[in-house]
Amino acid sequence: MTSVLAQLLGPGLVITDGAWGTQLQAQGLQPGECPDGWNLTHPDRVRQVAQSYVDAGSSVILTNTFRSNRITLAGHGLADRVEEINRAGVAISRSAAGARARVFASMGPTGKMLMMGEVTEEEVFAAFAEQAAALHAADALVLETMTDLEEARIAVRAAKTTGLPVIASMVFDSGKDKDRTMMGSTPEEVAGVLAEAGADVIGANCGLGMEDYIPVAQRLRAATSLPVWIKPNAGLPELVDGHIVYRTTSAEFARLAGGLKDAGVAFVGGCCGTSPAFVRALHAALLA
Amino acid sequence: MEDLKKLYDAILTGNFKIARETTQQALAAGIDPQALVQQQMIPAMDEVGRRYEANEYFVPELLISARAMKASLELIRPLLAAKGAEPAGRVVIGTVKGDLHDIGKNLVAAMLEGAGFEVIDLGVDVSPEKFIAALNERHATLVAMSALLTTTMNSMKTTVEAIKAAGVRQKVKIMIGGAPVTQKYADEIGADGYSNNANAAVALARKLVAA
Repeated sequence: MTSVLAQLLGPGLVITDGAWGTQLQAQGLQPGECPDGWNLTHPDRVRQVAQSYVDAGSSVILTNTFRSNRITLAGHGLADRVEEINRAGVAISRSAAGARARVFASMGPTGKMLMMGEVTEEEVFAAFAEQAAALHAADALVLETMTDLEEARIAVRAAKTTGLPVIASMVFDSGKDKDRTMMGSTPEEVAGVLAEAGADVIGANCGLGMEDYIPVAQRLRAATSLPVWIKPNAGLPELVDGHIVYRTTSAEFARLAGGLKDAGVAFVGGCCGTSPAFVRALHAALLA
Repeated sequence: MEDLKKLYDAILTGNFKIARETTQQALAAGIDPQALVQQQMIPAMDEVGRRYEANEYFVPELLISARAMKASLELIRPLLAAKGAEPAGRVVIGTVKGDLHDIGKNLVAAMLEGAGFEVIDLGVDVSPEKFIAALNERHATLVAMSALLTTTMNSMKTTVEAIKAAGVRQKVKIMIGGAPVTQKYADEIGADGYSNNANAAVALARKLVAA
């Protein structure tokens, strides 16, 4: 195991952070506006989100760089800003984290489908390798919310070119038992393929709430000797009077997270609908 | 007929080369194109849908079958059009204003094409005005809107309102989909239907155009 991960992973589990998008909206991000662009235009507000997670007790915080690969940024007219946006993202999270938290840089999917021929394998590899290189000042790279195992495999190979530890995390929300990725891969297939591609940590995030991710976590744990990373949503979104509401409370989320601890998960945090309050509740429930 | 079963199998297994070849051979042998569609191709796509619902097929299988269906339909459609046959329906599809996510929208578009619909794909970040212009110009009877983000799904509401304000609401059916979308939301904004996956979207589209 790489030294950064070895230092973090003691006997207990590691609490990561929660959602960024909703926190940025609370800071005034408009619908349809590219959150990552804020690394250049509103670094102070992005820093406040990072700081809120450090203050809540996150040992690992991510970066506001989820969409900052060339293919996705092109849709926002920012394809020529890849390096700047990613470097700024790491610098912002690092300034908030200081010595109190590690900075793992976020890399999301391209949003294009390989099997439809919308992008080629070479283009995807180049886009992720370019982003990963621009994120080199982070402590690790997190490939998250991946829906296509083939794209995730390419992303792992690209991220590994930096020499940084790589966490590879996919969404499991499909099939009647909600235990497959969008493209139909099982936790066992995901663990096998991503470990072989060189991932240092295998994970699951987004798509499902805490309760539904416990069986997925157990299966990932059984399928690999690598550490497991899990970030569920605060349940599924509901629309109430025109506003989006996630029903799961921080207390309930943290209580159910005991199941992840029992499953032997190494890294626990939250995805959509979670906030610094969820991180504080995880602390109280899992590390007390 | 044994050879025609090959077309059914090619679509079911997503082999677009065999689908195209078999279609060419059948047409050269004088088989009625309408019969090919009704007796082999649509039943094959129905079986694809059944397997998807049964967890035997996932998105990749849906996609390759839809692609095989499309390859075959491209040969057949001109013949049907020459006979005056209309497509199953004419759909204007797009991801709504402010939203750049197109995977779900592309899946639904591919499945609708596979089901014999004429699909007018407006892409992503589509404004209400663009939807309305396309509806009018292409005489579509169905609008399909997609949104991935909770922050952009409100654009579905404004698009429905704009379609009403433009006076064309009674000419079209509106269907919506995407991760945050629910039946309740569809009801709230006055859409005619909602589907939570690309396969069910085809059944919904058929139902709406038949209504």
